[in-house]
Amino acid sequence: MKRPGRTLAEVLAVLAAAAIAFPLYWMVLSALKPESEVISSDPKPWTLQPSLDNFTRVLTTQGFGRYFLNSVLVALVVVALSLLISFLAATALTRLRFRGRTLLLVMLLVAQMVPVEALTIPMFFLMRSVGDAVPAFGLNQLGGLVLVHLAFSLPFAIWMLRGFVAAVPVELEEAATLDGASRQRFLWQVLFPLVAPGLVATSVLSFIHAWNDFLFAKTFIISASENQTLPLALLAFFKPDQNDWGAIMAGSTLMTVPVLVFFVLVQRRLVSGLAGAVKG
Amino acid sequence: MIGISRDGRAALAYLAPAALVLIGLLGYPIYQLVLISFYDYGQEQVSGGAPLNWLGLGNYAKLLSDSQFWTVLAQTVGFAACCVLGTLLVGAALAVLATRVRAVPRALLFLAALGAWATPTVAGSTVWLFLFDANFGLVNEVLGLQGFSWTYDRWVAFGLVAAQVVWCSFPFVMVTLYAGIKAIPGEVVEAAALDGASVPRTVRSVILPLLRPLLVVVTIQSVIWDFKVFTQIYVMTGGGGVAGGNLVLNVYAYQQAFAASEYGLGSAIGVVMTVLLLGFTAIYLRALRRSGEAL
Repeated sequence: MKRPGRTLAEVLAVLAAAAIAFPLYWMVLSALKPESEVISSDPKPWTLQPSLDNFTRVLTTQGFGRYFLNSVLVALVVVALSLLISFLAATALTRLRFRGRTLLLVMLLVAQMVPVEALTIPMFFLMRSVGDAVPAFGLNQLGGLVLVHLAFSLPFAIWMLRGFVAAVPVELEEAATLDGASRQRFLWQVLFPLVAPGLVATSVLSFIHAWNDFLFAKTFIISASENQTLPLALLAFFKPDQNDWGAIMAGSTLMTVPVLVFFVLVQRRLVSGLAGAVKG
Repeated sequence: MIGISRDGRAALAYLAPAALVLIGLLGYPIYQLVLISFYDYGQEQVSGGAPLNWLGLGNYAKLLSDSQFWTVLAQTVGFAACCVLGTLLVGAALAVLATRVRAVPRALLFLAALGAWATPTVAGSTVWLFLFDANFGLVNEVLGLQGFSWTYDRWVAFGLVAAQVVWCSFPFVMVTLYAGIKAIPGEVVEAAALDGASVPRTVRSVILPLLRPLLVVVTIQSVIWDFKVFTQIYVMTGGGGVAGGNLVLNVYAYQQAFAASEYGLGSAIGVVMTVLLLGFTAIYLRALRRSGEAL
């Protein structure tokens, strides 16, 4: 069966995909180009002498490996914690009737509107006092960074999961209850697998949130450079007179690849899972 | 019924971890932010070398009488509006396009969109900056504009940053709407077709109402994000453009606090931004409720 206009739609889709992906292609390409081709007034969309010079420079002079591990550690812990906490909270907010529910929802929205950049001021003082009591969660510590990220990714994670939990038909819960399942059992054995696509989507966003951040790292990791994260290391290549574009592109590539891998791994669940879970 | 109190107790248990984190690490700092905005809070007060000086609404009065604040506010609103519109249009168009094509072009489209989405903000900003670099950028080479700076003129720079913002934020809209369209049971659309509804009619009366909750989420989310764009402006225009021409409120607040050590004033700008976003959301939600949609 041939549908009219589908060829046109497919050509459009491929063109759009190429345009969207182009900046990424350019990033990887520039990272692989030798210095003379990067800093050239006649840039070519290919290279005949690919080299890893830019990568070596980035990894040796800036200690990217260490920062990389720090970033991964922080992001993974934030994702795991925020998934558990937000799943419980989202379930309470969609499945249970209690006083103050709407108020809580509104507060979750409000929390997302407060500009993070301005909040770093009071957060700094808070982390300083926390560090006096529990050093592992204070300034200059990855634990402190995890807590800060957790606080900032939770409102959105809960808000997002809410929609997925709400999409699971209430009849399912009634059926489970009729079959004698306890609330706990329903929660973990029925609801949790059903909102898996939502959990995936939420974890992706929490991950990006933590991975992207450079402001918190810059503000809260002041003197302990061994606990620094990636984005700051990248910004070190920006110089007022002459940017080291090759190194910047190599650093950007190193920073983008893990997220890309994570995305590709989960994308099937992210995209098609939702439809299946809701229908099934 | 007994259900109410049991629900209440379960809700308390489920919400406790979230509440603990949010009250301690978000609620308390927000309270502090408002508090600081009432003080003359500079470098000396931070280090404890000078006593705190209560200004009341002094910082706000200073802000409202500052003509630069109004310029920045207008720029922020205009910039955010363009970004939101662009993001929603591109995201929705590509989501619909994705439902119309076979698996391979769709996979390519999603792969590209996920790539743009996955790119860390700092990395995305630097790549766009490099593509549009005055001397070494591909865009100038292709257009024959050697030496033309895309970040010098205020509006050109805003355009460039907006394009980057749309590039990295449309995938969220696209994926969410695509999933939403896919979740609409085929029988519903078939039933509409059997009842003689045309395609536009089906879209308007069946698909859009079903997508509405998702549209609400992506719109509010885009407004919140785009009103607070920080990294792109900061990295791409070098901290707010030539002579501060590309400042948006968020960057302005940051500059006031951390560059000028006016923490009180910076906090006041933060509070103003929050109130503005709150106002927008309140109006939006009220409009929704009037049309019969619950939160």
